[in-house]
Amino acid sequence: MIQVIDLVKKFDQTVVLRHVSADFHDGKVNMIIGHSGSGKTVLMKTMIGLHTFEEGKIIYDLTYPHPTRKDVNDMNENEIQMLHREVGMLFQGSALFDSMTVLENVLFPLEMFSQMSKEERTERAMFCLRRVNMPEHALSLMPAKISGGMQKRVAIARAIVLQPKYLFCDEPNSGLDPKTSLVIDQLIHEITEEYQICTIVNSHDMNSIMEIGDNIIFLKNGEKKWQGSNKEIFHADNEDLDDFVFASNLFKKVKATNQ
Amino acid sequence: MIIKLASGVGQYLYLLKRVFRWPDRWRMFMRQFIAELDKQALQSLPIVFIISIFIGAIITIQGKTNTENPLLPAYTTGLLTRETLLLEFSSTILCLILAGKVGSNIASEIGTMRITEQIDAMEIMGVNSANYLILPKILALVLMMPFIVIISDAIGLLGGYGVAVLTDIITKEDYLYGIQYAFNPYYVTFGIVKSVVFAFIITSMSSFYGYHVRGGALEVGKASTTAVVNSSVTILLFDLILTKILL
Repeated sequence: MIQVIDLVKKFDQTVVLRHVSADFHDGKVNMIIGHSGSGKTVLMKTMIGLHTFEEGKIIYDLTYPHPTRKDVNDMNENEIQMLHREVGMLFQGSALFDSMTVLENVLFPLEMFSQMSKEERTERAMFCLRRVNMPEHALSLMPAKISGGMQKRVAIARAIVLQPKYLFCDEPNSGLDPKTSLVIDQLIHEITEEYQICTIVNSHDMNSIMEIGDNIIFLKNGEKKWQGSNKEIFHADNEDLDDFVFASNLFKKVKATNQ
Repeated sequence: MIIKLASGVGQYLYLLKRVFRWPDRWRMFMRQFIAELDKQALQSLPIVFIISIFIGAIITIQGKTNTENPLLPAYTTGLLTRETLLLEFSSTILCLILAGKVGSNIASEIGTMRITEQIDAMEIMGVNSANYLILPKILALVLMMPFIVIISDAIGLLGGYGVAVLTDIITKEDYLYGIQYAFNPYYVTFGIVKSVVFAFIITSMSSFYGYHVRGGALEVGKASTTAVVNSSVTILLFDLILTKILL
């Protein structure tokens, strides 16, 4: 579980996150939603430690070196590095290493941090690649030679190969067609339930939100305006959320039907 | 301006602090190191060969033209070619050329990794990206630079010999006597010491500019240009300092 308490983040004098508090649960897909520029990516990157923050706390449940709960601000450089080994991340642009093949990309974290033998490493990487339905013939290809959907799947395989406790996904559907988006969403949902990890997805795709959003945090102008599940979203009495959710005609019709 | 410069130097030193640590995995480091030996050093050899042979030949021709004087002995041209190659060309001028080739390559490679979030991906995995990406580059070029300088010296002298053999500007005997006359081995050491410092400047500064790119493809191009310009100026500055100290 991750607890964000009263988080304030500024870039120079511009306040990007205004006293955001939210809980992110294990075994659930926790979604940060909002319009472009609402602070979703900044919140996610701040939670991972890629940005520093001015006020507040980000408390993680840690396993190494022993089970404990700790605020990111109280961690030293070594502890941050250990935390990162419990985190997997799926980047918006996949961020696969373009000098390595698909298989080498997934092997990379294992080669850096696991004590496994070469055979065990390959077996584990192949297992993860099969889990995300990567075809065997694509494993020796370079990332530039495979489709965007395949790149996302490889990135998911790489993110879960070290069996992380936390999986961060930054706009996993961006640049994908609706069918591939659905496949990626289902994959994220299955992996979250299967490994009981705390998954945090940053998205503004309503289909995705309705499909997998177990715990939704809605941001507007850097402020948390609403928190609930995808089942509650249509019945929420929140003008800002309505403005976001019912921006598309499709969801306006869904709302009308529900009423 | 001064604050910006001080802040830049601070960031550079902080990056170096992260670079010079024990690698997380030696096996991975060695793999990167061998790849960099090939990329930074071996792949630079063709340009080193071409430039050195031409410059050696050109110095010989121009040296002969400028020392056409009955008071100067015939071997002066060979002597001049050797001293120019050992003291300045094979260390400084060659490193300025490599700053263009290797420096822009490093800055654009690391810069592209930065803007496509590959470096962030490494950091999130818990990898010290500065150490993993930059240390093999620095060590590969620093280690190979003495060999590159020696090869450049030899090829440059060969270029001058080619002029002696193929033209009647200077005789082979005069040229060969000239390049051996009053030889001071310290000049070779001097050239190597300078080139090792320059190799460090090229790789570390180019990595620094690539590592701190923010934005898109345009910024990567700008970082690449800045890396080449600033490392070239720094090389010249250190050339002056080292020449004053070592000679």
